[in-house]
Amino acid sequence: MKYVDEYRDHALASQYAEQIRRITTQPWHIMEICGGQTHTIVKSGLDQLLPESMTLIHGPGCPVCVTPLETIDRAVSIAGRSDVIFASFGDMLRVPGSTKDLLTVKSEGGDIRIVYSPLDAVAIAQQNPEKRVVFFAVGFETTAPPNAMAVQMARKSGLKNFSILCSHVLVPPAMEFLLSSRENKVQGFLAAGHVCAVTGYEAYDPIASKYRVPIVVTGFEPVDVLQGISMVVRQLEGGRIDVENQYARVVRREGNLPARKLLAETFDVADRPWRGIGIIPNSGFVLKESLAAYDAEKVFDVLHISAQESPLCIAGSVLQGLKKPHDCPAFAKECVPEHPLGAPMVSSEGACAAYYHFRR
Amino acid sequence: MCLAVPGQVLEIDRQGEPTMGKVSFGGVKKMICLDWLPEVKVGDYVIVHVGFALSIVDEKEALETIAMFDEMARLAPPDEDVPARPSTGTAS
Ligand code: SF4
Repeated sequence: MKYVDEYRDHALASQYAEQIRRITTQPWHIMEICGGQTHTIVKSGLDQLLPESMTLIHGPGCPVCVTPLETIDRAVSIAGRSDVIFASFGDMLRVPGSTKDLLTVKSEGGDIRIVYSPLDAVAIAQQNPEKRVVFFAVGFETTAPPNAMAVQMARKSGLKNFSILCSHVLVPPAMEFLLSSRENKVQGFLAAGHVCAVTGYEAYDPIASKYRVPIVVTGFEPVDVLQGISMVVRQLEGGRIDVENQYARVVRREGNLPARKLLAETFDVADRPWRGIGIIPNSGFVLKESLAAYDAEKVFDVLHISAQESPLCIAGSVLQGLKKPHDCPAFAKECVPEHPLGAPMVSSEGACAAYYHFRR
Repeated sequence: MCLAVPGQVLEIDRQGEPTMGKVSFGGVKKMICLDWLPEVKVGDYVIVHVGFALSIVDEKEALETIAMFDEMARLAPPDEDVPARPSTGTAS
């Protein structure tokens, strides 16, 4: 496919890795934020091409993984109601809640539909006026504008039976949270290209200069990722701190302005719990008060549901890059993709599942 | 989750709200929301995420990225030590 194949060229990737090996003189720690990039790195074995002294830390950039357990429990509670059609992206169905996952609710007779787009959920609401349709709105800044559009379309067309269970998280506050931790090891970041396609990358300038870390907006194919790493290494080795854009074919400095406007009209920024990490200030979106009628947590009164994590799971340390999946005693023993104990084993973008599938 | 793929715009319908269009992903055609790309034209490649086009692929930048790969390969014969040099990326 055009704009894909040329960035998957293996010969080119190894040439790039060779370049990186040649310019690297110190043991740098670089974090890729996005689970999509983690997947590319582990699948293509990019980490094994890099200098041994270099550590790639897999960041918390998998929205499936960081959705709080209690949000899953709230989804399970809503989806089990006989008056509800619950619509979701497929990857949320196998995330374990405290007692069960959404797939189990479906097998018990819950009307759960996997959709490709939030607009499909709006269409289901239009076609089923006697049911209440709830869309599980998870994701980063990339997915937030489509979900905002779904709410705004429901509002404009006067749909009364549509709401979203909103669990949106934001990348820059999470980066700051990691960088301000006393255990932080990250010296440079690959920022997530598709998040920046929406938000642009102006917000990264103050982070780069405050914490003295190079940040390179990076794409998702193997050659993109290696080029992003090489741009970070060049800055580190040259003593430079900048925000650069490897993914300029897709990402503009200001991002997508109409999408950003829609976000501002639909959501407020709020503190948000991240599964395995805890509450990060100003790190999520909630629906504006004026749109409360579309907020499933309010419509269905599930805010009292709270939850406990499995004591075995060290997902918090994995998501913060402090530990690797195989440091977890449960990895590939009690915890496997068929019976995940924690979210990073559920999604193919989660660090634990990536290591499991590609046998690290 | 943030998976987004390039596709080529085949048709644009600006009558309805939001603006929708037919986009081809290596031959598989889908209706996609084009509302956030007011300047999009038939023939453009767009990056699509969950049914929404987020960005137009900039052909010139794409070619430059590839040219940069080639240049890297040329500038650095295997056993020469390359000092850190300023990146040719779009620095901010
Ligand atoms: S291997 Fe399983 S239990 Fe261990 S950190 Fe990963 S998800 Fe949690």
